[in-house]
Amino acid sequence: MILETRNLSFRYENKGRQILEQFSLQADSNERVGIAAPSGFGKTTLCKLLAGYEQPETGEILLDGKPLQSYKGYCPVQMIWQHPEQAVNPRLRMKSVLEEGDQIDPKLMEKLGIEPDWLNRFPTELSGGELQRFCIARALGKRTRFLLADEISTMLDLITQSQIWHFLIEETQKRGIGMIVVSHDAELVERVCTRVVRMNKQ
Amino acid sequence: MEKEKILEINHMRISFCQYQKGMRQTELQVIRDLNVTVHAGEMVAIVGSSGSGKSLLAHGILGILPYNAFMKGEIQYCGETLTEKRIRKLRGKEIVLVPQSTSYLDPLMKVGQQICKGKKNPEKKRKLNRIFEQYSLDQKVQEQYPFELSGGMTRRIMISTALIETPKLVIADEPTPGLDPRLARRAMEHFRQLADMGAAVLMITHDLELALDTADRIQVFYAGYTIEDAIAEDFLKEETLRHPYTRALWRAMPKNGFHYIDGVQPYTRDMKPGCPFAPRCEKCTDRCREKEVPWRSSGNGYVRCVYDT
Repeated sequence: MILETRNLSFRYENKGRQILEQFSLQADSNERVGIAAPSGFGKTTLCKLLAGYEQPETGEILLDGKPLQSYKGYCPVQMIWQHPEQAVNPRLRMKSVLEEGDQIDPKLMEKLGIEPDWLNRFPTELSGGELQRFCIARALGKRTRFLLADEISTMLDLITQSQIWHFLIEETQKRGIGMIVVSHDAELVERVCTRVVRMNKQ
Repeated sequence: MEKEKILEINHMRISFCQYQKGMRQTELQVIRDLNVTVHAGEMVAIVGSSGSGKSLLAHGILGILPYNAFMKGEIQYCGETLTEKRIRKLRGKEIVLVPQSTSYLDPLMKVGQQICKGKKNPEKKRKLNRIFEQYSLDQKVQEQYPFELSGGMTRRIMISTALIETPKLVIADEPTPGLDPRLARRAMEHFRQLADMGAAVLMITHDLELALDTADRIQVFYAGYTIEDAIAEDFLKEETLRHPYTRALWRAMPKNGFHYIDGVQPYTRDMKPGCPFAPRCEKCTDRCREKEVPWRSSGNGYVRCVYDT
């Protein structure tokens, strides 16, 4: 499968700052593409567009040649956010948080090191690293084809970071899921990505 | 020459009183045993993962913990116990906090006024101008409100609030998240300068690699305990590190092999007696699980491990 953006332009307000201008990118299912750029270059915005949370001003987002919007129901492009504690509903127990995703293979829990006991907890009763594991499981539903990772390990300790990335690389390779990886950490990007794309200032 | 000891914390414990169901109360131990010493002119970084309760340490020193938190242990400031009465007098003057979140600024007060705490004396004003120059902030920023500033500017403003006084102890709580590496490094350098000017700097951060670039000493925080105190140079190679967890951290750095160990940091409510790292440690024996492991000196640092590693 191929995820592609063609001449993507975007700004948040009508006359606001141009965040993306004519940005094009192509990624294959067997790739992990790193996106490198300083703060404020629109990396998170790009992820939000690719996952269907925002609509581009102009340009297209295509998954296997078809517009992303034409995929009804579960979005095959899923995003994992930087701050897991802001990406889960604080009033839901973790098992309900997981149910927000697509059908999730129970084996994933084991591979991610999610203890069965955590399922009954509320988000405030888990650490950032534990929450991020849930967010990853939630994004890895049966119909996921592309995964967007927006600084998913910056807030974690180095060991958790390494654990999570080893898992993601193995899992996405096995299932043929492509990845777009946003990270400030050049050494990390070099470790996990198959190639790197640099964004230029508009 | 031994430098003056500015801050010394021995066996700090912080717990929260929480309501479970109805009227049932439980005590949640967040910081279990924390020991820190900071000398004048020294920058010490406390490194631990997010959500592990590091910020509480800063709030504990300054006496601004929430009402349901309880602190035990001993805090010495310049050789004398830091009592509640004393910290009230010192905070904001000799002891300053550079807070974590930009939301600590007053949104309804102009930046310049806010840094000078509303005082209008000309000497403060001159000092403020100098600080702004040093941090390449435009003088007109003084007349702006916090919402008009960018992230990087807000950071510099928060450091300025600390500099307007002549602090002996600066406590910085996660000053870098959300900044790209270049800005983060620059923020760390600002604190390095403060230390070089003679202040004691206690830096609380989750970013070990960044801390290694600027701090003199690193304290590793794990599951409510300080488990190792090492000089930055000890992190150059694995062999000079003392605690198995610190070594695992070292090996997990992308440039040192990106290795990992299984398991997670125990959740405060599920803590078992003995070494907090025992369930994940390959060296663990019964001795580790029996009772609390003491904090002891080891070479030019400290460690909380029963074995000499």
